[in-house]
Formats: sequence, C-alpha cells, structure tokens
Amino acid sequence: MNLDSKIPAGPLNEKWSKHKFNLKLVNPANKRKYDVIVVGTGLAGASAAASLGELGYNVKAFCFQDSPRRAHSIAAQGGINAAKNYQNDGDSIYRLFYDTIKGGDYRAREGNVHRLAEVSVNIIDQCVAQGVPFAREYGGLLSNRSFGGAQVSRTFYARGQTGQQLLLGAYSALNRQISNGKVKMYNRTEMLDVVVVDGKARGIITRDLVTGKIEAHAAHAVLLCTGGYGNVFYLSTNAKGSNVTAAWRAHKKGALFGNPCFTQIHPTCIPVSGDHQSKLTLMSESLRNDGRVWVPKTAIKGLKAADAVRIPETDRDYFLERRYPSFGNLVPRDVASRNAKYVCDEGRGVGTTGLAVFLDFSDAIKRDGRHVIEAKYGNLFDMYRQITGDNPYEVPMMIYPAVHYTMGGLWVDYNLMTTVPGLYALGEANFSDHGANRLGASALMQGLADGYFIIPYTIGDYLAGMSWEKMSTDRAEFKEAITNVQQRVGKMLQIKGAKTVDQLHRELGLTMWEYCGMSRSESGLLTAKKKIQELKTEFWSNVNILGSANELNQELEKAGRVADFIELGELMVDDALNRSESCGGHFREESQTPDGEALRKDDQYAYVAAWEYKGENQPEELHKENLVFENVKLTQRSYK
Amino acid sequence: MKITVKVWRQANSQAKGGFKTYQLDHVSTDMSFLEMFDVLNAQLIRKGEDPIAFDHDCREGICGMCSMVINGRPHGPLQTTTCQLHMRTFKDGDTITVEPWRANAFPVLKDLVVDRTAFDRIQQSGGYVSVNTGGVPDANEIPIPKKVADEAFDAATCIGCGACVAACKNASAMLFVGAKVSQYALLPQGKPERKERAERMVAQMDAEGFGACTNTRACEAECPKGIKITNIARLNREYLGAVFTSYEVETGGGGE
Ligand SMILES: Cc1cc2nc3c(=O)[nH]c(=O)nc-3n(C[C@H](O)[C@H](O)[C@H](O)COP(=O)(O)OP(=O)(O)OC[C@H]3O[C@@H](n4cnc5c(N)ncnc54)[C@H](O)[C@@H]3O)c2cc1C
Ligand code: SF4
Ligand code: FES
Repeated sequence: MNLDSKIPAGPLNEKWSKHKFNLKLVNPANKRKYDVIVVGTGLAGASAAASLGELGYNVKAFCFQDSPRRAHSIAAQGGINAAKNYQNDGDSIYRLFYDTIKGGDYRAREGNVHRLAEVSVNIIDQCVAQGVPFAREYGGLLSNRSFGGAQVSRTFYARGQTGQQLLLGAYSALNRQISNGKVKMYNRTEMLDVVVVDGKARGIITRDLVTGKIEAHAAHAVLLCTGGYGNVFYLSTNAKGSNVTAAWRAHKKGALFGNPCFTQIHPTCIPVSGDHQSKLTLMSESLRNDGRVWVPKTAIKGLKAADAVRIPETDRDYFLERRYPSFGNLVPRDVASRNAKYVCDEGRGVGTTGLAVFLDFSDAIKRDGRHVIEAKYGNLFDMYRQITGDNPYEVPMMIYPAVHYTMGGLWVDYNLMTTVPGLYALGEANFSDHGANRLGASALMQGLADGYFIIPYTIGDYLAGMSWEKMSTDRAEFKEAITNVQQRVGKMLQIKGAKTVDQLHRELGLTMWEYCGMSRSESGLLTAKKKIQELKTEFWSNVNILGSANELNQELEKAGRVADFIELGELMVDDALNRSESCGGHFREESQTPDGEALRKDDQYAYVAAWEYKGENQPEELHKENLVFENVKLTQRSYK
Repeated sequence: MKITVKVWRQANSQAKGGFKTYQLDHVSTDMSFLEMFDVLNAQLIRKGEDPIAFDHDCREGICGMCSMVINGRPHGPLQTTTCQLHMRTFKDGDTITVEPWRANAFPVLKDLVVDRTAFDRIQQSGGYVSVNTGGVPDANEIPIPKKVADEAFDAATCIGCGACVAACKNASAMLFVGAKVSQYALLPQGKPERKERAERMVAQMDAEGFGACTNTRACEAECPKGIKITNIARLNREYLGAVFTSYEVETGGGGE
C-alpha cells in the first residue's frame, strides 16, 4: 500500500492556501444533491455538520447520547490555544507550530501542524461571533493564560469550562442547521459499521439505542468524529461512553490505524479510591503552578493526607524539584506522570492504596495567603473536597496519573481522508496533529480546526469528482452489513456466561495499564499480548448480557464497545512493541539515557506507524509513513 | 455500610412502572451515587435480573446526562448533579428512593431514563446566533464589558439536565429557557435577533407541554449549576418586549 499523505509541496506557510486554491469546488447549486453522514457531534462533528449544512450539503448526524450537547468535549476544562498574539508576548503562527511539533516529540507532520496553527486564529473569531463567553479583561477584550508550561499566553478560556462553552457554541450552530432542515440529527443512535461499495465509503449501519432497530444510511461521504479511545484502559478521565467502535469498525473495513500506542497520561488526577471506581477525575494541571509534589523519603504504609502535615520537611522528597531543578513541578505531563509511578513503584506512594503522591499547597498559602489561592483554584479545591471529602486548604491533595487522551487514531491524509476513499476522520478520532504527545489546550483547537475550517474545503474536492446519484440501501453491500451487525449482536446475547461486561472491561484495563501504560517493556508487552488474547476468548465464551436486542439495553451497548476495545488493545500492544524507542507519551524501558530519561531514536523511528487489518486473528501489517522535517531541527527534550 | 434502595422500574415507555426494593450490604462512603448503582447492577446481573437503566456519561457534573430524583429531590440532597453525589452523604441503614424525572414533556423511556429531546427542540427554535462559519470579525473587535461577559457566562453554564423541570410542580422549563435567552440578550452578538429568539423559544417551550412559572423558585433551589431566577425575570422582559414592543433593555447590571 502506498501511504500518500498528500502534503502539498512548497514553502510551509503557503502550503494550505495553495492547496485550498487547487481543490476542486462543488457548484453551489449542486451541493444540495450530495449527502454527507457525520458520526459524532462533539467539537469536531458538530462544527463539521453545521458548516457543511451551511454550505448546502444534506447532512445526517449521529450521536449516542440523548443530545449532541453532551459529547465528551463538554468536559474539557483548561482552554483552547490560538496564535492570536493578543498579549504581544512574542507568539506567532510559527511559534505555535514549532511548540506543537516539539511538544509532539517530532512525530507529527510539519504541514498539518502549520495549518492547524494558521487556522487557530479563525477559531476564536468564530466562537466569539457565536456568543461563546470567553474570559475577558476589564477593558472588555479577551483574556489569555499560559498553559502547560508554554512560554507565551495563548490559551483562551471560559473559567474551568472551556470545552462546555465551545461545544455549546458548535451545538448552537448545529441547531440552527437542524431547524433549517439541512441537518437531520439522530440522537441515541450508535454506528456499528461502515458500508463500502466499489471501494468507497457509502454509508453506515446504526442501532437505535431505544428501540434496538438496526438501520442502513447511505451517503456520498462519511465523516467519523467519534472521539478518542482512552477507555481501553477502563479507568480514564474520558466520559463513560467514549469508545473506539466507530473507528475500529472502519479499521476493519480498510482504514489504517495510525500510532495506536500513543496515549497521554495526565499527572494530576484524583486517585482510585477502591474497586468500585468507575472513572477518574482530572484536576487541572494549572495546580502544578503552585502545588508542590512530594512523597516521604522512606515508605510509610497507608499515609493519610491528615497525617502528612506532621511530616517534617527533612523527611519529604520533592522528587520533581530534586530531579528537574530548572522545571521543577512544571515538567511536561509525561515526565511528571512517570516519576509519580516510579516513587510509587518504590513503595513510597501514599494513601490507602499506595498509588498516590501529595500535591501540597501549604507553602503557596503561606506565601500568597489563602484568598489568593482561593481566587485561583477555588472551584478545583471545592471539586476535590466534594469527591474525596478532604479539604485541600488544610491537608495536601493526593493525585495520581490517569489516561487522558489518545494521540493515535485513524490514519488520515492532509485532506483528513482515511485510506478508504470517502471516509474521513476528524478530531480525536484521527491520529493527525499531536505526534507522540499533545500539548495542553490543543485538542479543542484541533477538533474545531478540522470541523470548521478544513473539512468544508477538502470534502468538496472529493465530492466534485463523483456523481450525485443517490445510492439505495437495498444494495447487497448494505444488506450484508446489516446481517453482520445483527449476527454479532445475537451472538453476544446468546453467550450467557458468568462475567459481567464491566468485569471483563476492568481486566482489560488492568492489563493495559500495567504493561502498556506509563512505561513499557518488551517482556511486559508480550505478557500483555497473551493476556489480551485470552481475554478475547473469554469474552466470546463467558460474558453475560441479559435482556434482548430490541430494547434499551445498556449492557449490550457496553459489550459491543468492550469487544472492540479488546481487539484494539492487542493492536496497541503490537504498536508499542514495534516502536522500540521512547518518544512523547510512549516510554520504552529499553530506550533510555544513562540517567533514566526518554531516548528517542530518530534514525529508526521518525515515521508514522499505520496498521492494516488483515482478517480475524491475523497479524496486522505495518506500513510506514516517513516524517520529513524541512523546517525544524530535531532535538532531544531536556528539563534538567 | 448497608443501604436499601427503592427504585422505579419501568420496562419501556408504554409499560406501567412500579417501585422495587433492593438491598446493598457493602457500600463504601467513597462511592459516588452512580457507582453504588454500578454495584447494584452487577449484583442484579449475577442474579439474572435485568439491570437498572439510567443515564450518565461524563460523571464529572458537566454533561447533564445523569438524572435521578433521589428521596424526592432532583439530583438528591445536595445542590449538585447525581454523579457528583457521594455515598458519604447517606447513613448506614438508610432507605433511599430513586425515581426518574417526572414531567409530561420528559416521557420515561425505561427505568430512570427519560426523553429530554424537548430541550433540544427548544434550542433549535432559536437558541443560536445566526452566523455562518467564516467571514466573522476579529474576536477583539467586539469588546464586551467584563461584568456583562461574566453575567452571560453565569447563564451559559446551564448543563441542560432538566432538574429545574423535575423540581417544579408545574414542570416549567422557564429556568432553562431563561438561561439561554439571557446569555444572548446580554451579549452584543445576540442582540440583533433577541426579539425573535425569545418569541420562538417560548412558543416551542409551550408546544412541548412544559407548564407555566408560578414563581415558587423550586428550580433555582435544585439547579446544580446555580442558575439564578433572575434569568426568568429577564426572559419575561425579553418576551414581553418581543410581543408588545421593540425596545432596548438595560443589560450591564447584576442583581436583576
Ligand atoms: C477531562 C478532560 C479535560 C480535557 N481538557 C482539555 C482542555 O482543556 N483543552 C483541550 O484542548 N483538550 C482537552 N481535553 C481533550 C478534548 O476534550 C478532546 O480531545 C476533544 O474534546 C475531543 O473532541 P471530539 O469532537 O473529537 O470527540 P468527542 O467530544 O469525544 O465526541 C465524540 C462524539 O462521537 C459520538 N460517538 C462516538 N462513537 C459513536 C458511535 N459508534 N456512534 C455514534 N456516535 C458516536 C459521541 O456521541 C460524541 O458525539 C480534555 C479531555 C478530558 C477527558
Ligand atoms: S437551569 Fe439548572 S437545573 Fe435547569 S437544565 Fe440548566 S443546569 Fe439543569
Ligand atoms: S454524568 Fe455528566 S453530569 Fe452527571
């Protein structure tokens, strides 16, 4: 297979404008003759569906929640980056581009990332025009903050609810097109397969989650905007319903999967409190601006936060400050996470589980006064107290890393098209712009860039080249896909084994976290592969799903998603095995410097790993897209 | 601790529902209310009983999907979402009654799951600024006083959960509609269409079968996001303005 990224030739800052000019256009009068399916209405999907509806295409949009307003994007807290340089502090499109490429540890495409930085400025304009209430200064202009250790203040925010406000903006644009009749919205509907006809994506198969009805939908193109797959770890900061099913079904129909092992683990989450734990809650990383991370120098079993205040300074190990004197507590996410794991592995972790470290504000409160800390973090402190019952003004917080974001996803070219013609992937569902590690506040930017400003151009080029004749869902390809989906659902329901879906999902999560989490080794990954294969066998012989296919059946919904997660888990392990280097969020124990830091191997691994499905229980085939860096010089990260 | 839960069970929208009582013997105080339901469901599945259907997604208090009436109060005894309620709020030996949102405009689909698409349709009727993608002015060309922006933000934090409707004896949706109308009425971007917006959203609200507001303030007391009743006052003025006159409302101030 020839992986053509279709990055236009020419100077970096002219690529996108030249490309836009060269793309074919669909005549305005003809747009209404084309149907587009948009699966997922988070930031990427809602912005795409609304923008395509405005242009005149007929859009059908789908989400599994009861309303598009509830997509997982709603939970993003921190902010959205844009190279506006409103602060006059030296930001520019080139700097945002450079920071993103470097932050991604040189595993993203220059062309894509530069385009992302270019359109970032339009996103803020668009959102403000929609009435998104970003934070403002007293003079009435927009406020910015520096986020995730960035040297410039380029992050726009809406208190701790940026994702919510951006999504409600996109949702309002979507609603306008629904009321104009240009978008037909299907809530509580899950896509379970892609239909490919003559090599092109021509539709999807869905299940109505209330009635159980399986249906076919035909279109001229299909957009997957279905989010990330962090829930393969069972516990993550993602919403409970976030899943890989749409992307995985597409993968099995021929779409290559890019860099599946690239996951981001966020250092500041509320630790697991017991076996009942169902999800993890992120605490904004801005907390590390004032909180100091520590554990006792020698292990104290079951150390409680209330007792920590009595431990003298001399017995505390502020391990980030000790190891990284120049960055201290502000080292990047992956470094902070890994170091927390190390001290816990040494037995120095705190709390009842021993899987936590302290994040201590007592010095900051002494220095600035409680009111200053309250003004900065009041809502986060309240949230922490509500969940844990501890008061962080008086005792240190306890935190532990948690899976947060997946940089991997469906491989797409510069036009956001997968390797299946007519099938596109947008937002977190694609692998595109973050390389091996995503910068804070860049996922919202990418989702909206894809939906508002990229797909409206690139899809026209594809549609202009095809007939607008509609396809009937009576065709054999649709019928066969429906039958396959029905059979799979039926098969699951018949098993009536001994384990619940959640139990199996939890087992998968533990394996992934242990062997394919913050730190990965060949032997561990091989163990994981074996365990996942066994789990797959167990799932298909021992899962217990009650109820029927023709009703609202939440266990059945979960089961379908877990079955796909299991298969994805194995591919993630294969990808992690193949990438015998440490880069970004992917740390291979075999590839470290003498002092234990990540060692990247550009001569061997400066490529995108794109995996091709080869059939049930067959090893997948690896394709490599070599990354070419014409503008930036590759350097090793150092935070010492 | 040990807990008894009385839960509304209803097979589908047509079926007649009723309460069923379940016993849980090992509830940790650190569990969230929904995690207690996960444990209960696992227990039911092991016994071969249909697990209880309930809505949830983010479990972070922001998506607005979770929706249980707990001991007669939407989202339970604290002013928070169901997913953010923790079992430490209850005592060993407590009996907890759990029901779905009750309102004609929110029909029950199964057990605790209700259909809230009426809220979407209200938003579709006018809850937007009519701008297309592209061709908009630079963001800083629209300066907005911080006070106005903050107040618009307060209104915009509504999560669309529907607790206000569930709390109201008339099942009125005025707080939800008022929050959206206020956000746009306050902001300059929303001004050009404010008249039509208020008219259309109120008309849709009535068409969906939500009741009238009789100022009991039950909605405000239960709203997990602290949406203020002043938003209803603003909606009323916007609406009256829309129906009778075209006028300018003063917007800068809080406390109205
Ligand atoms: C707690 C948290 C905080 C974050 N904070 C930030 C931040 O501050 N800044 C930042 O830039 N990023 C942040 N992120 C990351 C960012 O929020 C996400 O990457 C981004 O919102 C994903 O948007 P999306 O549109 O791609 O997908 P999502 O918002 O996840 O939407 C997915 C959509 O697909 C639908 N869907 C999925 N599968 C199917 C299917 N099979 N059939 C039908 N529909 C389906 C869903 O219903 C939903 O509508 C955060 C993430 C988390 C978890
Ligand atoms: S106004 Fe409050 S209670 Fe009503 S939907 Fe919004 S957040 Fe929920
Ligand atoms: S589950 Fe999202 S608000 Fe409760």
